[in-house]
Amino acid sequence: MASLGCGFFGRKIKSPVILASGILGMTRASLETACENGCGAVIAKSLTMEPRKGHEGPNIAETECGMLNAMGYPNPGIEAGLGEFGGWTREEALIISIVGKDAKEFGVLAEKVEEAQNAERETGNGKPDAGNRRLGATAIEAVISCPHTPGYGTMAGQGTPESVSDITRAIKERTKLPLIIKLSPSVPGEGKAAMAAEEAGADAINMGNSLGPGMKIDIARRKPVLGFGVGGLTGPAIKPIIVRGVYDIYKSVGIPIIGTGGITYGADALEMMMAGASWVSVGSAVYYRGPSAFAEIGKEMKAWMEKNGYSSVDELIGVAHEKVRDHKSDIY
Amino acid sequence: MRKFEIINPIYTSRILKAIDENYRVRTFELDHQMEKALPGQFIMVWIPGVGERPMSIGNGSPLTISVANVGKVSGEITKLKGGDALSYRGPFGKPFMIPEGARRILCVGGGYGVVPMYFLSKVARESGIEPYAVIGGRSEKDIIWEKPLFAVCREAFITTDDGSRGKKGNVMVEVEQLLAGKKADAAYACGPERMMEAVAKACLEHNVPCQVSVERYMKCGVGVCGSCEINGRFACIDGPVMDAEDALSLPDFGKAHRDASGISRRL
Repeated sequence: MASLGCGFFGRKIKSPVILASGILGMTRASLETACENGCGAVIAKSLTMEPRKGHEGPNIAETECGMLNAMGYPNPGIEAGLGEFGGWTREEALIISIVGKDAKEFGVLAEKVEEAQNAERETGNGKPDAGNRRLGATAIEAVISCPHTPGYGTMAGQGTPESVSDITRAIKERTKLPLIIKLSPSVPGEGKAAMAAEEAGADAINMGNSLGPGMKIDIARRKPVLGFGVGGLTGPAIKPIIVRGVYDIYKSVGIPIIGTGGITYGADALEMMMAGASWVSVGSAVYYRGPSAFAEIGKEMKAWMEKNGYSSVDELIGVAHEKVRDHKSDIY
Repeated sequence: MRKFEIINPIYTSRILKAIDENYRVRTFELDHQMEKALPGQFIMVWIPGVGERPMSIGNGSPLTISVANVGKVSGEITKLKGGDALSYRGPFGKPFMIPEGARRILCVGGGYGVVPMYFLSKVARESGIEPYAVIGGRSEKDIIWEKPLFAVCREAFITTDDGSRGKKGNVMVEVEQLLAGKKADAAYACGPERMMEAVAKACLEHNVPCQVSVERYMKCGVGVCGSCEINGRFACIDGPVMDAEDALSLPDFGKAHRDASGISRRL
């Protein structure tokens, strides 16, 4: 019997399929919906210092083989957000995603997450299950790779090895939580950026974000569709770039990798893991297949594994490489 | 046939007719026979350079919407005239469902919530079902779509808060009577959430299946971004139409909604 169960920073999760940040996860209840649809872990909507309404619509534009989005980090801000997502007790792991304008701001955000992790605070947003509880997160993800929000990510030059190193250190100094650094597939030399993250103390790399920015022009209106003009490309179109990114990073660092971008079917997830990802995170597949995409991808992976004689997903990680690392020590 | 199909293309159609309904609502009839549109579904209307907003479908063929000037984007839409172009994608969302064997349905519309109620009544009528309708508003000038709705309904009633048209009071004064008089095998409501809550509860008491249309702040419209979340459901793909029991089980229904940044606010 093939099992999708795997390790995730000291705990066991039911599937390596993870909800990508920015998809569905605006609220705790929606993260729970993703869990019920088969995710092993969920990455919450990225939180910034202050609440953000995000860009004006249209926020998405469908293209051939992919989707452009320019959400612009809508989120309730770190204070309200930690209350929203807090009190997490499910078996699926919760990852809190943070985005800052610079290393200092990332540090402040990390400190707030650490505080919520250790002290009880009001959670549940006035709902019946509200109460004073600890956050309950398993890891922090720092996103330094958004291609379409001024002041953040690649638009603020955060993808360079120096910047990655500064941000990683600033966060690690203020939290004991494992740190995932989410890198862009658009900047050249992600291997170097990943190495800088590892050297500065990062615990994992998330290889992938939307690619670009790109643009779609509606020919009937002769105008760009997205409210922000440009947006990040996701979906099947970007998968080969991400697979290559994961493959390169696997060779350059020893910390585990999440592969993110274009995973729509089980075969895509298997490919990403063979390139070196320990887990995969899924976003636009929700558009193509609905929220049940997570469970369906898992089912398809399992069927393939059974047919091909694999019992654990760990056996697949990095098998496309000549030199396969020992993963269990990294992940458990 | 293109090799790479876009699932939800943007359509651009000419406005055939633009009709002023009242001081803030304008109706647009488009040069588009959207045959797949079903009552209760919505389209995402795009004004280039301004923004995009969900609009309930008032008729599929010709595609018709009514837009209330309540903000920046809707304000720009209501400036459009006959002959202008309108762009949109859809139809999206879960439509109203009429249970097998229903012979009479009750459609309740509050304010511009009447718009999908006309579409539903029309479709019901075409398949031999008798629609009854109640439309309510604050005052006479808030009663819209009266003529087309009355034309397809077996009976229709008006209520206004100030008594300037029809019965004084809210829609419940008529809804209670119609339910008690067994005029509905199924009921539908679209309008302010507290009104829908009242209709849903009354229907449960009378053992009449009921559906309501849940409105939340929407961005993508296709179940990806999570903005229109209501207690773990998404208004754009799990709604807008929900069964009354379902809607009443959601702690936020009739109580709270989320703004563009996801902060929960009292309704």
